Amino acid sequence: MVQKLETLIESASQTAGPYVHIGLMPTYAGNAGYYDEEIGTTPFLDESKAKGEIVEIVGSVFDGTGWAMRDALIESWQCDAGGVFPGDKGADPAFTGHCRFAADAESGEFTLRTVKPGSYKGRGGVESAPHISLWVVARGINIGLNTRIYFEDEDNANDPLLNRIEQRPRVNTLIAKKTGDGKYRFDIRLQGEGETVFLDI
Amino acid sequence: MPLKGEFYQRDREWHPKAYTHDYKTSVARSPRQSLISLENTVSEITGPRFGHGDIDPGDNDLIYNYAQSGESAIGERIILHGRVLDENARPVPNTLVEIWQANAGGRYRHKKDTYLAPIDPNFGGCGRTITDENGYYFFRTVKPGAYPWRNWVNSWRPAHIHVSIFGTAFAQRLITQCYFEGDPLIPHCPILKTVPMQEGIEQLTAALDLNATIPLDTIAYKFDIVLRGRRSTLFENRLEGN
Ligand SMILES: [Fe+2]
Repeated sequence: MVQKLETLIESASQTAGPYVHIGLMPTYAGNAGYYDEEIGTTPFLDESKAKGEIVEIVGSVFDGTGWAMRDALIESWQCDAGGVFPGDKGADPAFTGHCRFAADAESGEFTLRTVKPGSYKGRGGVESAPHISLWVVARGINIGLNTRIYFEDEDNANDPLLNRIEQRPRVNTLIAKKTGDGKYRFDIRLQGEGETVFLDI
Repeated sequence: MPLKGEFYQRDREWHPKAYTHDYKTSVARSPRQSLISLENTVSEITGPRFGHGDIDPGDNDLIYNYAQSGESAIGERIILHGRVLDENARPVPNTLVEIWQANAGGRYRHKKDTYLAPIDPNFGGCGRTITDENGYYFFRTVKPGAYPWRNWVNSWRPAHIHVSIFGTAFAQRLITQCYFEGDPLIPHCPILKTVPMQEGIEQLTAALDLNATIPLDTIAYKFDIVLRGRRSTLFENRLEGN
């Protein structure tokens, strides 16, 4: 025998299940008014004062059969337009960086309205391209799936994560396509052809 | 001051795999490619923070938070309490814990739930709270009922409460489920069996906590939650540019 380490292990994840909206988005579940304020309905504290470009990202989460899931729930986390994370010194006080949104129960489409993030310098002073971190949960997803949204109209050439992806066509799965002024399309494919790159963060 | 350490890697042999054959819905909803492993960047070691201003004090009392005045939810009255800790066995204070559950008959208040057990007009089924400085949290609720679900023809979920926790960083974000000591359905549940190790299942099973019960009033169960731990930076490995 050897000495025991005084460490614990993370509680095992379990699926969010089909009724995740009751807990996290009561209005979506048909229970409007349950809470005075729901968490994460928008990443803005005051959209009119937020710095930077406001963007709308529309997409769907497709399962391995190509069906747009009606029950996916997503959370996003990102820095502000200046590349500073909310909570850090100098962050935009009108912006929380966090949003919760869900696929529409009829169409399977989600919309994220936020500011386009700035870039920031990371390990070794290397600048990462602007990106939004996502966490996807739903019935049938045993542990939340992490991925990122990048933007096709930004310079992604030197991003350390994108450069880590060996199969270059897969990089495209992380890049939102511009569809109009401030409008982007970003689809998430859980499995099969065009499977989105997911991250072990 | 935001915490800056990177996280210990997730033990992917301890967590459920994405593809778990007997939990049928996972089959078409599981990535086939490997996850790309990424050293933590600032995007992962920071995360949203919430405070008492974001919630109401009664949000943690599911017996009353949806009930008409003078009424209360039907079912076995329970306290669910415990601590949120990290893998360094340190408390995680001031973090948001959200729960949702079926009522005592096993029915969710959700437009998609069509189980024949009735809706309880005085029970909504969700609650939230913020851990105190010791990582402690508590809810008052009713024990949820078991319910049938479409996996095999005759599949029943053990009584469970869904739990969502933020921690201090996006890398700690976790959803899990709390089960109850002694439930005979536990060994039969394809969702619970996605957890590969028996100790992992035990960690998700709340213990009857007689000392925390309120005599003649409410039974208590203890459910501690562990989030990923941060590496301490004994020798600096700076994430940010110099
Ligand atoms: Fe459930």
